[in-house]
Amino acid sequence: MAELKFAKSHEWVRPETGGLATVGISKYAVEALTDLVFMQLPPVGKKVKAGESLGEIESVKAVSDIYAPVSGEVVEVNAALPNQLDTLGADPYGAGWLVRIKPDDPAELAGLLDQAAYDALVKS
Amino acid sequence: MSTTPLRTPLAAWHESHGGRMVDFAGWWMPVQYSSIVDEHLATRHAIGLFDVSHMGRLAIEGPAARDWLESLLTRRVSDIAVGQARYTLVTSDEGLDGLTILDDALVTRETDAADGTPRFAMVVNASNRARVVAWLRSRLPATGVSFADRTAETAMIAVQGPLAVATVCVLCGDDDAGRISGLANYRATRAFVAGQPAAVSRTGYTGEDGVEVVVAAAVAEDVWQAIHDAGVPRGLAACGLGARDTLRLEAGMPLYGHELVAESDPFAIGLGLAVNLEDPAGNPRPFPGREALARLRAAQPARVRVGLAFDSKRAAREGSPVVAGGRVVGTVTSGSLAPSLGHAVAMALVDRDVSASTAALEVLVRDTPQAARLLPLPFYKRPGARG
Repeated sequence: MAELKFAKSHEWVRPETGGLATVGISKYAVEALTDLVFMQLPPVGKKVKAGESLGEIESVKAVSDIYAPVSGEVVEVNAALPNQLDTLGADPYGAGWLVRIKPDDPAELAGLLDQAAYDALVKS
Repeated sequence: MSTTPLRTPLAAWHESHGGRMVDFAGWWMPVQYSSIVDEHLATRHAIGLFDVSHMGRLAIEGPAARDWLESLLTRRVSDIAVGQARYTLVTSDEGLDGLTILDDALVTRETDAADGTPRFAMVVNASNRARVVAWLRSRLPATGVSFADRTAETAMIAVQGPLAVATVCVLCGDDDAGRISGLANYRATRAFVAGQPAAVSRTGYTGEDGVEVVVAAAVAEDVWQAIHDAGVPRGLAACGLGARDTLRLEAGMPLYGHELVAESDPFAIGLGLAVNLEDPAGNPRPFPGREALARLRAAQPARVRVGLAFDSKRAAREGSPVVAGGRVVGTVTSGSLAPSLGHAVAMALVDRDVSASTAALEVLVRDTPQAARLLPLPFYKRPGARG
């Protein structure tokens, strides 16, 4: 399995064979949110730019935006996830994936944090 | 302006027990330790333990203390019995219409001093403490009333839930335990809790039975830890401000800054009972803002406070517009998932005719219309609750 990359806004990206990129939310972010009640994901076909809102996630306390870590087109959405938000906490890097994006520029992933750099970010 | 938040005597405990700390009204407070939903449900089913030391605690004593408070507060003070607490508004006659609501508060008549001098305690919101203190000080008579802000030298611990009173009583001698368990709602007594002198009142802000315990700052952590240790086997959870907010929302209790603001009409938001325009003989009680409140009581309010329920867990938040028939008819003042109900609820101020109508209501939740229905307040009433 390819190595995960992370955005500073706590989304992760995994390059898949075939050039797609799977996107999710880091375990740290899910644990920080707690008490998840609602999630809105984009429709398939939506074009997103890195750093722009991809959807939203709501906890009892607050609503947070989910940001696109890379630019591209949403080609697949984990439609079951909003109805089983526990999956996010149980398996944030597997069954808790959010969307698959066809990146405009695969080189964009190189600008994201690797696991060690992300771990350092959330520990600081 | 950026200032370091104040620390309650329990801040170190919160930090070392996983409290997620934030600056709330200038205080360094825990929003939650584990999960807001878990903390909420622990309070409903067993015991929630809350540090509410950020609330302002004021002491008003002296031979003229009673008459002075009577002349300032919207509720009658002269007939508060020793050991009785009363909910009141603190108003001034400043502002465009001759009324500014400075805060809502709980005023308690404590045991008289040994020489018979009356003593009162007042609890005010953290966010309003500075201006309430300034307002009261500005009205102090030259003699006869002493006024002190005791917030920093004391701590206030709320123990709430069906098993709360029994748990506190375990930490008291037989006489004190008997008095505490026998307290009616809005009654208070002195007692030794975990060996420490305390003011104990049958009050709270959760919709549950329970007490609030005021102790000296120096012993606050000992008392808190003792209650915590006695309560954990019974299902106690330490709770942060997040659960405090969802609990009071379910209980339909207004929060200053949300349902209640400086310009509010108390009669429109269900706080008419907090305003005594007359004394028991029917004569007008003079207090600041009284004339404006008399006008409001005589008029029909434009908007009234209502409860809204949603089918989903997605919450409307403060400021979300309430829409009926394509027209904005109100604004949400507080909204959240109601953990005891399993769906989202909100309190809102809506046009008076809406509350009586059956029009299909929607709330714009981040621009997405979401169907809502009127639901009588409170959303949650504890089993066996009086009244």
